[in-house]
Amino acid sequence: MEMLSVKNLSISFGGLHAVDSFSITINKGELYGLIGPNGAGKTTVFNLLTGVYKPDMGQVILDGENITGRSTIEINKAGVARTFQNIRLFKNMSVLDNVKCGLHNDNKYSTFAGIFRLPSYFKTEKRMNEQAYEILEVFGLEKEAKILSSNLPYGKQRKLEIARALATNPKLLLLDEPAAGMNPSETEELMETINLVRKQYDVTILLIEHDMKLVAGICEKIFVLNFGIELANGLPQDVLNNPEVIKAYLGE
Amino acid sequence: MKNQVLNLKTRVMNINKSTRSNAVTIGGILIAYVVCTALINSGNMSNLLRNLLVAMCYYSIMAVSLNLTVGILGQLSLGHAGFMCIGAFTGAFFSKITVNTINNTFIRFTLAILIGAVAAGLFGIFIGVVVLRLKGDYLAIVTLAFGEIIKNVLNVFYIGYDSKGIHFSMKDTASLNLEEGGMVVVKGAQGISGTPRNSTFTIGVILLIITYLIIVNLVNSRSGRAIMAIRDNHIAAESVGIDITKYKILAFSISAALAGVAGVLYSHNIATVQSTKFGYNTSILILVFVVLGGMGNLRGSIIAAIILTVLPEYLRFMQDYRMLIYAIVLIVMMIFNWGPACINWRKNHSLKDLTKKLMKAKKEA
Ligand SMILES: Nc1ncnc2c1ncn2[C@@H]1O[C@H](COP(=O)(O)OP(=O)(O)OP(=O)(O)O)[C@@H](O)[C@H]1O
Ligand SMILES: [Mg+2]
Repeated sequence: MEMLSVKNLSISFGGLHAVDSFSITINKGELYGLIGPNGAGKTTVFNLLTGVYKPDMGQVILDGENITGRSTIEINKAGVARTFQNIRLFKNMSVLDNVKCGLHNDNKYSTFAGIFRLPSYFKTEKRMNEQAYEILEVFGLEKEAKILSSNLPYGKQRKLEIARALATNPKLLLLDEPAAGMNPSETEELMETINLVRKQYDVTILLIEHDMKLVAGICEKIFVLNFGIELANGLPQDVLNNPEVIKAYLGE
Repeated sequence: MKNQVLNLKTRVMNINKSTRSNAVTIGGILIAYVVCTALINSGNMSNLLRNLLVAMCYYSIMAVSLNLTVGILGQLSLGHAGFMCIGAFTGAFFSKITVNTINNTFIRFTLAILIGAVAAGLFGIFIGVVVLRLKGDYLAIVTLAFGEIIKNVLNVFYIGYDSKGIHFSMKDTASLNLEEGGMVVVKGAQGISGTPRNSTFTIGVILLIITYLIIVNLVNSRSGRAIMAIRDNHIAAESVGIDITKYKILAFSISAALAGVAGVLYSHNIATVQSTKFGYNTSILILVFVVLGGMGNLRGSIIAAIILTVLPEYLRFMQDYRMLIYAIVLIVMMIFNWGPACINWRKNHSLKDLTKKLMKAKKEA
């Protein structure tokens, strides 16, 4: 079963072909790694998939639904959630409220009901709290639920971003360098958490990472991007032993 | 199981914390109300202060409602007085033309408040749509311009009515072509005079509490979280599917509608409403209340609005130095509120800690 099917996705900025004919097929439940040197166009791929940039060319099919050219909001509603390379939390809101923002579209009551505290407010808020705590527990953040998200240590901020994305109940989760800036033990822990998330939430993951150990350790398939172009794509052992990849990316 | 117990505990604590903060604010307003009423009844309140009571209420409402746009949505607006102006005029207009048909003051004034709120709210939606893509300085300039446009357009409105209905002109009273016995209600630069003086301190306090509750409840609800998410990071907000357009316009219109309520309160408190009162000076004055009281801090907005409404009146005896002293007080308040050293000092010397220490000492003794 194909979860994501991308064909010839391209965009250029001025004369720069940031992403050129990017094609990938990700099966349901797969954990796919997207790697490549700095400036290869990895984050740009995420921005194209989530509608932050409109592609010059190409097609994105999510679970049989054509989502090419839709807005970020619509693409999220269709089932794509993401994290950011440079953390983008709701800084002045609590950890719990960050996750509840992720639950926004699946738990509705009117603004009127919120202001005048109608029964639907209490019912829905209670459900949202339960769901949010459930997700926070997966990431070991339940004890920090009430503190301001910007007061979390760096590693936990990264986790909270994943938790918030997961709260939107996505089919496809895009993680942009989730282990960036983490020490080895934090990275280890994150790998376990990502595995746990896959088991519990039935979600397909595409993950950008520089940390080779993490990529080789958990990804089932790897896509290598270089100067916006596909360099290699396939099983980890094949890709990581590919001489071209070693030359371009590993630099050895 | 243990986790669940812990969760339940933190959840209950959270609810307690926000309700406690609300209770403190509303309790404070009520105590102030009771004290003021007692002073009035015993004849111990100066006329000066008595005349300011309703003003404190509408300025507080203005400050709290602007805080929704500036502090909670995070968009700088310099035209808030424009919405107050719309509320003041529509409310006063309604009261004047119905003063003989609707005899029940309570019903008439309630309707006037609702009409002022709706009219200002509709303008809020309109302006919200127009400025949707603007941010920061640009937004500030455009909202300032809107405020001025509203003020200046209303300044040349002539509206009257007779048995045939409502007549409208932008030239002068004569061109309204009213028949014998018709009445001119809005007289251009002279505005509307003779509006029934229905605003009282009690009604002002009730409206302030309602405004406060509306915004606090909004902030602590799903829509409020969406609004704050937009403020904190609009790219992330979009990435979790929050409809930026919808919630920006929602915040703008609620903020405008409540400013409209303040306007109705204002126009039913004085002999003549003139649109020149609602220029950018007033908008900036309200913004000063918000900044001084703290972005997103509703209680702070109310306190700042009250102090800065009363202060200039009490400084009148200083004559020429009045505005100088006012400015100095502003700067001192700003430093006290927001200087890092002062924030630290207050943290270490808070009333809560003091009571805690006293309790502890008592227990040990
Ligand atoms: N909005 C933009 N306007 C112009 N150029 C851009 C824009 N976004 C990305 N680029 C360019 O596209 C190229 C790819 O950038 P991208 O951020 O996707 O790289 P990356 O693979 O994520 O790199 P890193 O590993 O450093 O995160 C870079 O040369 C970058 O400068
Ligand atoms: Mg990147």
